[in-house]
Amino acid sequence: MIRRPALIPFITAGDPDLAATLAFMEAMAPHADVIELGVPFSDPLADGPTIQQASARALASGTTVDGIFATVRAFKAQHDTPVVLMLYYNMAYRRGVEAFVRDAASAGVDGILVVDLPLEEAGPLRDACGRHGVNTVFLAAPNTPPSRLRAIDRASTGYVYLVSKFGTTGACAELPPALASIIARVTGACASPVAVGFGISTPEQASRVIGLGADGVVVGSALVDLVSARGADATDDIASFLAACRRRIGGGDTP
Amino acid sequence: MKFGQFGGQFVPEVMMQPLAELDEAYRSLVPKKVFQSQLATLLSDYCGRPTLLYHARRFSEALGGAQVYLKREDLLHGGAHKINNTVAQALLAKTMGKRRLIAETGAGQHGVATAMAGALLGMETDVYMGAKDVERQAMNVFRMRLLGARVHTVQTGSKTLKDATNEAFREWIATFEDTYYLIGSVMGPHPYPSMVRDFQCVIGREARSQMVTQTGALPSCVIACVGGGSNAIGIFHAFLDDNVGLVGVEAAGKGVDTPQHCATVGKGSPGVLHGMHSLFLQDGEGHIAGTHSISAGLDYPGVGPEHAFLNESGRVSYVSATDEEVLGAFSLLSRTEGIIPALESSHALAHAMKVAPQFGHDEAVLVNLSGRGDKDLGIVMEAMG
Repeated sequence: MIRRPALIPFITAGDPDLAATLAFMEAMAPHADVIELGVPFSDPLADGPTIQQASARALASGTTVDGIFATVRAFKAQHDTPVVLMLYYNMAYRRGVEAFVRDAASAGVDGILVVDLPLEEAGPLRDACGRHGVNTVFLAAPNTPPSRLRAIDRASTGYVYLVSKFGTTGACAELPPALASIIARVTGACASPVAVGFGISTPEQASRVIGLGADGVVVGSALVDLVSARGADATDDIASFLAACRRRIGGGDTP
Repeated sequence: MKFGQFGGQFVPEVMMQPLAELDEAYRSLVPKKVFQSQLATLLSDYCGRPTLLYHARRFSEALGGAQVYLKREDLLHGGAHKINNTVAQALLAKTMGKRRLIAETGAGQHGVATAMAGALLGMETDVYMGAKDVERQAMNVFRMRLLGARVHTVQTGSKTLKDATNEAFREWIATFEDTYYLIGSVMGPHPYPSMVRDFQCVIGREARSQMVTQTGALPSCVIACVGGGSNAIGIFHAFLDDNVGLVGVEAAGKGVDTPQHCATVGKGSPGVLHGMHSLFLQDGEGHIAGTHSISAGLDYPGVGPEHAFLNESGRVSYVSATDEEVLGAFSLLSRTEGIIPALESSHALAHAMKVAPQFGHDEAVLVNLSGRGDKDLGIVMEAMG
């Protein structure tokens, strides 16, 4: 689903509203190998304050799952850039996992990552994704043992999302010191491409993560901070931030 | 480990290893003689077990029907059943080599009980509490601080137990290497619902044998309040195989047909939150609903997965009591018996008031008096005008 070096921006869908989300996605498309869209949830317990607040803003603006699907459909009518939805399981479970995946596929969603769904509970989601041709992305963590890593790799048809640190999402001043060995261990164990995220907040950090052997890098909280500061006017800032990341990590279609 | 379709481990990947470590400790360390004997000593010498079984004669007379027996968990150190679980889990944490405890709290009872266990075993303690609860349970906040715990005010979401739980999970994700998350009820990812149940089952084991000794028979019915549901599971389990009615009483707040209640089993639907597949109050999209109860300890939009299972199997009936009914029960027990019950436990008493007249004078109804009401006096003063 991704080619090295992949740049994967993340924003929360509906922050500050879905019209802005569509504009942000269009601004991201020239620089991004995949766009990750967070589905806002009332209780985002794996997220730090930045994404929590984005989620709250998105819900306050009336964002719904149907609205997110419509936004993806509008984006995919003009662009080929793959879109991965990142969500908490209750958002799919409540709609019905089969219905959620079917409707996501019909909107043009390319992959699904459920933050609080470990492999052991993921049977229904994997089956539905298989039936509807949607890629699965599973999380790996620095403390995931080798046997689990291999199972996560096999279950991930899109890519493996390696969480770079212990803790919630959010920008960090420094990359974790053990990151080099973690990336080496996980890329070594996985046949799937490995994208690294959580706390990568500058083009320099993105470039170092790629330099350490990751196939892709997810930049989330840094973009959400731009949205938090500028609201719907963040489009240009997002584009120039991603352009800077792209220049640093290389690859892509833009100069 | 699941309860029918409910339970499980719905957590981010990074928590799977800490949960596996905890599950291993729960299965290998807890059954050991040395752990069980240390725990028995703490329960008797520190907590005050066994607790009394008390025949509430004047309360029963006032209801006109069944003889009401109270399991006096309110007499435990700290004033509630919560300490059964916190000393046990803190002992396990210490045995596992952790140095710090974290906990979520609603009413503050679990936070206080965790702070006590932390002080007793010499462990650092951080408690997460919603801003709304910090305000309405100010004395418990002060208690926790006196006991040496740090109390963190949670300003997100509905600013109650649900949000405090989110924050405790977040803290645990970042610090599990030296920190033990001491969950206060039969909820969360496996092994917590099973482990907390095991640690609370002492209530029912004692009560069952005390009923037989004191009355020569089992009660017709056992009643307990249900928020997350630990005191209820604790007293129900000993009676599951008996011909005894089991009733869980949820908080109907201002009425189950208003938005202001926490009747999760009565009005909720299946969902996934806080690591478990269970019943939750939620909207059509899957967002978790705000809740209301006069008792902060029941103010939670979910319920332990074993209760979801016991409801589905039909073994336990789940009913609810409104704030108004609860205040009536609170007053009646205070006046007839000289016992001031917690508002949480008053939900169970309120249901006993409804059903006692349906039983004969020779039948017994057992109510779990899970906590004492001193902490609630401010709220009750305000509610009674």
